[in-house]
Amino acid sequence: MLFRYTFQTAIRALKINKSRSFLTILGIVIGITAIILVMSLGQGAQNLILAQIQGIGSKVIAIAPGRQPKGPSDFISTFTDSLKQKDLEALNKKANVPHLAGVMPLVFGSETMAFENLTYRPTIYGVTSFFAKIYDIYPDQGRIFSDDEVQSYADVAVIGSKVKNELFGSADALGQKVKIKGRNFKIIGILSKKGQMSFVNFDDAAIVPFTTAQQYIFGIRYFNRIIAEADSESTVNETVDDIKITLRNSHNITDPNKDDFFVETQADAIKSVSTITNVLTYFLAAVAAISLLVGGIGIMNIMLVSVTERTREIGLRKALGATEKNILNQFLLEAVLLTAAGGIIGIILGASFSFLTSLALSKVLALNWKFNFPIPAALLGLGVAAAIGLIFGLYPARKAAKKNPIEALRYE
Amino acid sequence: MVLINVKNLEKTFSDGTETAALCGLSFDIKEGEFVAIMGPSGSGKSTLLHILGFLDTPTKGEYLFDGKRIDEYSDDELAHVRNKKMGFVFQAFNLLPRTSVLANVKLPLLYSGIKENQWDKLAKDAIEAVGLTNRMDHESSQLSGGEKQRVAIARALVNNPKVIFADEPTGNLDSKSGQKIMEVLQALNEKQNHTIILVTHETYTAENARRIILLKDGEIVSDKLVDHRVSAKDGFIK
Repeated sequence: MLFRYTFQTAIRALKINKSRSFLTILGIVIGITAIILVMSLGQGAQNLILAQIQGIGSKVIAIAPGRQPKGPSDFISTFTDSLKQKDLEALNKKANVPHLAGVMPLVFGSETMAFENLTYRPTIYGVTSFFAKIYDIYPDQGRIFSDDEVQSYADVAVIGSKVKNELFGSADALGQKVKIKGRNFKIIGILSKKGQMSFVNFDDAAIVPFTTAQQYIFGIRYFNRIIAEADSESTVNETVDDIKITLRNSHNITDPNKDDFFVETQADAIKSVSTITNVLTYFLAAVAAISLLVGGIGIMNIMLVSVTERTREIGLRKALGATEKNILNQFLLEAVLLTAAGGIIGIILGASFSFLTSLALSKVLALNWKFNFPIPAALLGLGVAAAIGLIFGLYPARKAAKKNPIEALRYE
Repeated sequence: MVLINVKNLEKTFSDGTETAALCGLSFDIKEGEFVAIMGPSGSGKSTLLHILGFLDTPTKGEYLFDGKRIDEYSDDELAHVRNKKMGFVFQAFNLLPRTSVLANVKLPLLYSGIKENQWDKLAKDAIEAVGLTNRMDHESSQLSGGEKQRVAIARALVNNPKVIFADEPTGNLDSKSGQKIMEVLQALNEKQNHTIILVTHETYTAENARRIILLKDGEIVSDKLVDHRVSAKDGFIK
């Protein structure tokens, strides 16, 4: 029996019951749409985060207090005050970490900033001038603070575009004084609009010398992070090891399992972010896949109805020489066509929704979000849809193939 | 040449209680014959036709079709024999709905293994043989009962079978349409030497055939040639 005729027969049978066919595949459509949407958005989110991490530069090494979380359920141990000035000094010694290009402490937190009668609550970053080099961010107007200003606890700040708009509107902010924790800070630089990048939204930031931030804003003597940079990509791993040894010496730790700090490189960050987003994406896709199962049962149900309705046709075909295999193939093909059509519609809908979402995310939230059509997910979705047709179509098709031709012909 | 050879054929239906439908039938049918199997309802004539047409199997006894015993065929071979060597005409026509006459007649070719480029010619020839060339592209539902049955005959003919089984082919038709059907069957038998086996309960239909096997309660009452054969062309005498 020629495939083309089987195909035409299946198409005709599905066309006769257009609305029934459509309702039947709705479950598959919804399932595949959800899977494509989740996979596509998951991939987009991952790309966004990875692009931000890569934006920091592959030579950057971040040192955080506490223990490295091993999984989503692992609470970060509370050694939040373990990174101190003496660590910075130890790291700065060439003999300890020979391939270090630079190192910078980082303290951060939220604090209210006031100008005249307006207030705003930006994120305050306490750093050295080295931050501009690491993040490749330089003020649009004005300048970055100098090392001398860091050493002398200067009350100077570089502010992001959003902070500037909130407090000053279109007026000139450069040289103005703002109040943080009762101290007057002079605005010496204004950043242009950058958008969210590498976990830091510089638009919403006020950048001050770390010394001032520690002493007068947060009142702490430790660092939230130490950011280091290796002199080349090939020495990153070596530098990480040197940093660990140096910090263990500085903290009098002999057992590496008792480290009260952890060191992360861009490669580590990419790996852990990929792991988390992948787990989330696959979990959500698995949830969406449940609707495929429900959809498959719907297909089986409607195929059984179809087999019963067409009992006489089956009897006739068998009387005219159709073998069991011919009948089986005919009904299987019908089921697979149904689910494959559902799969294709689902892929189109999923991709469209995903496209609209990325459009909204990039336009409304100003994220650098790229639409991503997950080709592997689309192929997988189509394959899964067809497989569901095969699996759930098999029972009704077998039922049709096994019909006794005489009884089938007599069926009223 | 003997096409059908039946020896002590028995068929019992066991549906809770055992019912004997056929009780030891024996007869031969040669190629080119036109046989009517006659009998009142419940005489077993439809059961016999189903067994002869490979749609059912006997409980006991022997049935040789074209020299081979029915129990020597596999299920797929039975289907192939039905397709290539047998044609069926049913009382209820059994055409595919919403399908053209041409596509209906082509249906057995789908399962025949004959090359697709020959299908159109074979189907058109069969439609011409029943005189429906002008209705070829109509949908089956647009036809009258008599025309539907002629489409069914064309469908039975399309694979050029050794035998055509017709199960009460005029049962759902008025006498004029029925007469036309018998005319077609007679022409196929006389001009093209097709073997035809017809099941009917009407004597005047049976007398269109050359030989009548009369059944009653699953047994052969008589098996003889028709003395005064009716020629359908000349009209039915009821």
